[in-house]
Amino acid sequence: MFKKILIANRGEIACRVIKSAQKMGIKTVAVYSDADRNALHVKMADEAVHIGPAPANQSYIVIDNIMRAIKETGAEAVHPGYGFLSENKLFAEALAEAGVAFIGPPAGAIESMGDKITSKKLAQEAGVSTVPGYMGLIEDADEAVKISNEVGYPVMIKASAGGGGKGMRIAWNDDEAREGFQSSKNEAANSFGDDRIFIEKFVTQPRHIEIQVLADGHGNAIYLNERECSIQRRNQKVIEEAPSPFLDEATRKAMGEQSVALAAAVDYTSAGTVEFIVDGERNFYFLEMNTRLQVEHPVTELITGVDLVEQMIRVAYGEKLSIKQSDVKRNGWAIESRLYAEDPYRNFLPSIGRLTRYRPPEEVVADTHVVRNDTGVFEGGEISMYYDPMIAKLCTWAPDRGAAIEAMRDALDGFEVEGIGHNLPFLSAVMDHPKFVSGDITTAFIEEEYPDGFQGVALSDADLRRIAAATCAMYRVAEIRRTRVSGRMDNHERKVGTDWVVTLQGERYATTIKADPEGADVTFEDGHTLRVESDWTPGDSLARLRVGDGDLVMKVDKITSGFRVRSRGADLEVRVRTPRQAELADLMPEKIAPDTSKLLLCPMPGLIVSVNVAEGDTIHEGQALCTVEAMKMENILRAEKNGVVAKINADAGDSLAVDDVIMEFE
Amino acid sequence: MKDVDAQLLARREDAMLGGGQRRIDAQHAKGKLTARERVELLLDEGSFEEFDMFVAHRCTDFGMEKSRPAGDGVVTGWGTINGRMVYVFSQDFTVFGGSLSETHAQKICKIMDMAVQNGAPVIGINDSGGARIQEGVASLAGYAEVFQRNIMASGVVPQISVIMGPCAGGAVYSPAMTDFIFMVKDTSYMFVTGPDVVKTVTNEVVTAEELGGAGTHTKKSSVADAAFENDVEALTEVRRLVDFLPLNNREKPPVRPFFDAPDRIDASLDTLVPDNANTPYDMKELIHKIGDEGDFYEIQEDFAKNIITGFIRLEGSTVGVVANQPMVLAGCLDIDSSRKAARFVRFCDAFEIPILTLVDVPGFLPGTSQEYGGVIKHGAKLLFAYGEATVPKVTVITRKAYGGAYDVMASKHLRGDFNYAWPTAEIAVMGAKGATEIIHRADLGDAEKIAAHTANYEERFANPFVAAERGFIDEVIVPHSTRKRVARAFASLRKKSLKNPWKKHDNIPL
Repeated sequence: MFKKILIANRGEIACRVIKSAQKMGIKTVAVYSDADRNALHVKMADEAVHIGPAPANQSYIVIDNIMRAIKETGAEAVHPGYGFLSENKLFAEALAEAGVAFIGPPAGAIESMGDKITSKKLAQEAGVSTVPGYMGLIEDADEAVKISNEVGYPVMIKASAGGGGKGMRIAWNDDEAREGFQSSKNEAANSFGDDRIFIEKFVTQPRHIEIQVLADGHGNAIYLNERECSIQRRNQKVIEEAPSPFLDEATRKAMGEQSVALAAAVDYTSAGTVEFIVDGERNFYFLEMNTRLQVEHPVTELITGVDLVEQMIRVAYGEKLSIKQSDVKRNGWAIESRLYAEDPYRNFLPSIGRLTRYRPPEEVVADTHVVRNDTGVFEGGEISMYYDPMIAKLCTWAPDRGAAIEAMRDALDGFEVEGIGHNLPFLSAVMDHPKFVSGDITTAFIEEEYPDGFQGVALSDADLRRIAAATCAMYRVAEIRRTRVSGRMDNHERKVGTDWVVTLQGERYATTIKADPEGADVTFEDGHTLRVESDWTPGDSLARLRVGDGDLVMKVDKITSGFRVRSRGADLEVRVRTPRQAELADLMPEKIAPDTSKLLLCPMPGLIVSVNVAEGDTIHEGQALCTVEAMKMENILRAEKNGVVAKINADAGDSLAVDDVIMEFE
Repeated sequence: MKDVDAQLLARREDAMLGGGQRRIDAQHAKGKLTARERVELLLDEGSFEEFDMFVAHRCTDFGMEKSRPAGDGVVTGWGTINGRMVYVFSQDFTVFGGSLSETHAQKICKIMDMAVQNGAPVIGINDSGGARIQEGVASLAGYAEVFQRNIMASGVVPQISVIMGPCAGGAVYSPAMTDFIFMVKDTSYMFVTGPDVVKTVTNEVVTAEELGGAGTHTKKSSVADAAFENDVEALTEVRRLVDFLPLNNREKPPVRPFFDAPDRIDASLDTLVPDNANTPYDMKELIHKIGDEGDFYEIQEDFAKNIITGFIRLEGSTVGVVANQPMVLAGCLDIDSSRKAARFVRFCDAFEIPILTLVDVPGFLPGTSQEYGGVIKHGAKLLFAYGEATVPKVTVITRKAYGGAYDVMASKHLRGDFNYAWPTAEIAVMGAKGATEIIHRADLGDAEKIAAHTANYEERFANPFVAAERGFIDEVIVPHSTRKRVARAFASLRKKSLKNPWKKHDNIPL
């Protein structure tokens, strides 16, 4: 086996690869940029080599720098992770030339699968199902109808030069095909000056399902079941699972065998993924093949028990696959949630900064469930603007899908991340979404179910009662502690009462609490009683409680007269008051948040790249007002309605904080 | 006998209603609670003992004798906050607009005298239209009697003012001399002269809110220490503050049970100070991570943000924190931050509250506005306050401690008990670049030489060891163990006894 390998990557995937290598007794070499000097992967590796400035194009993807690090450390092989150089033919060739093993497929496979047209052609030749269509140019409407019938309705009529929905029509019958052809052609001619049209099958209720393949250099190839990655936001995968709740045995087998055939056709070795789009009737069509380890590979590992990184290393070393197709298991259900440094309440804008708190849930390996967290960050670490905003992959496994989802809910509730905006509440929301729970999902799930973005979760009465009971019991504990302060008048101590009024999410619950040494019974006005037990003490930011017959995990922060509670995707201010306090609090006026509709606020910390309007300008809805750069992304801020610019408070080059006022409108 | 009982009952009922239901409703409609409701919220349930419920004014001018409401516009007495005694007065806006009469003032003076005698804090809830004009000079005399007691009580018992309505004219000077002033947003204001007079005299047009609202006094004037959303929140937070304060200057700060190990290690602090010396970081994170349970009661949060002041607990016991904030003006000292911190340090010293100082200070802010504003004397206030303080003083230098500002920030030379530094500390007269340009002025034209000199200076002085070699730094500590080291330091100082020479009083540069 290799004595030492280098990981040409950073973040969680570098850490992930190091773990498998360590398990195999292989020494590891990390590489790092200026921004990653203190990164976790650097700490975990046996050796670390600095490879340049923070931007990836000056460090992680500079082949010469990686080659230099290999030479310096004498690494015998390189694992590229995903992204960066993982699908770079030149890198694979450079390694081959230097006599260093590439822990990935041969350069030829990378090249042929890297091109959309070539890969589709190769897939067709290998007998893989591709989206039916006619790639040639279509002369007239009659031909369009003829081809549509051959392809089978519904079809998509597309302008060759099209984009952004322009020159695109969906047709469900001959009339629509005729009409669609004509209007697409006109639109294309007007918009692009190019009226060439083609037709392909329109996939309804599309799901993204992919097959994991593994091949060695001795002609053996297997598939390790599928992963479903339909929960995506703008083509960025958010939640994945294995197996898919949608596939039947026959489809799975067909997809798997075709994938293996494709791998064989391109002399594939190592781990790879064949991505398919699957329609509502389980017709599946080849999308592309990813010639690397996928981000979401852990769900496959969890249901098959195969360590894919270990297999990649063994294959690269020249070993034969020790697993045959018949050995591949499909045990239980695994789900992965990607934790992104993106603020869901601000339309998922990237967030950067210091992780003042980062406490993932405890990793568990048990018969009932598994919790696994692949991460590349740590408390006190920095989320920089230079790299991918993904900070962790939280995976759960359980014997069935329902239990895996439940395990994920608890794990998300127990995940503490502070200092940056992140999508934990959104992930929790999806885990409780009825469509996700039933498995009725498509790639349009997020777009369709959260058309106006994410505003948090409104909890049910039952959930609110559980939180009310929990916070009531916790508040009482905290108040009793306050009465134990020194300097009090003997014999005239404060007695903490038993009656409370809990307000949260606009609801109020009058409760009576009866405490005993093990916990407390919290009784609601209607006589319903919830038993609360917990070892929570004041100051704990994570409360784990037993409420009624279920567990409740909440993130809690002390606020005036109560707690800020985050649980199950909800973010609540919970007030616990005596009945008299509550009565007086009711007299307090509801304060209306200041009107910011006449202001353009900076949605994230960033740099003003340009201001596109001047004071006094009349602006129209949708007009670009200015550009803010954050995380190397230029975000164009647009007018929400028509108006006139009254005042501009920021110039190009200014660094702004969240909610700084960029401009004011009349 | 029955008659007297009935009369007592009737009189009490009448007194409880203050200015009557109609005025109570009007008070509620303004989003304000009544004087009695406020007392109820401030004190432990059922603990209030009232004084002078039946006191009425003695004025006979302008037909005043026709209306002599019981209590005369202020509710006074004592009660407990989490079992600890406090005295309280609460002005009743429903009675003559809470205006201050001779008798109204006498009621306040009575409980203030008792508070000093019995060693318990005074909490005043202000909601008053001002002087009872009908009483003329008798009302003014009443104010002055209260002022004199504020002065005598200062430094003896904590005095807290909660402004929950108007507080104008001479009335402002009583809260002004108390230790803390809290305001309620949108429903309270304080000014010496109101918008009408301002307009007449200076032609300035300004609203009451702009002139003396909670925003003005917490952000611009620094008159108020914090502002809250409404009456209920304000009073709840005053209770929280009282939990931190000793009852008087003869007692040690309060201690309560805590659920946070004093030796808790926090590895994330090792990366708090960024690699780049010019990159700011949030000092509040360090405060939260040092204190018990992350609980921090900040004083003057919105004013002079380049310095942070407030209370934490260590091992359940109150500690005052003063910390430079690198996020704002690089954490430099200036007029406002010096005044803010000096007042806080003196409060802590007066009431035996130990002081933790966290230092990352590049120096004093330069400029004409600072010099014309008298930064020399204002900066000296903080220096003076630290130097005269005899309470336990523990200092941690996290990064920069440059020049005179190093001396000021509770240095060893100002009788610091424990002066710790993180390995990232740089204790020097100034930054490397500036120092080099002075020491090696002759080489200024030669960029290469200057760079070499700068590197040399950094190597020699940009560390805590030069100071540690001289004993100005007692120990270089690793960031992750800061809580443990600081807690142990204060633990060792619990019996500290240090006396300044006798004097009538000092002459701090006011």
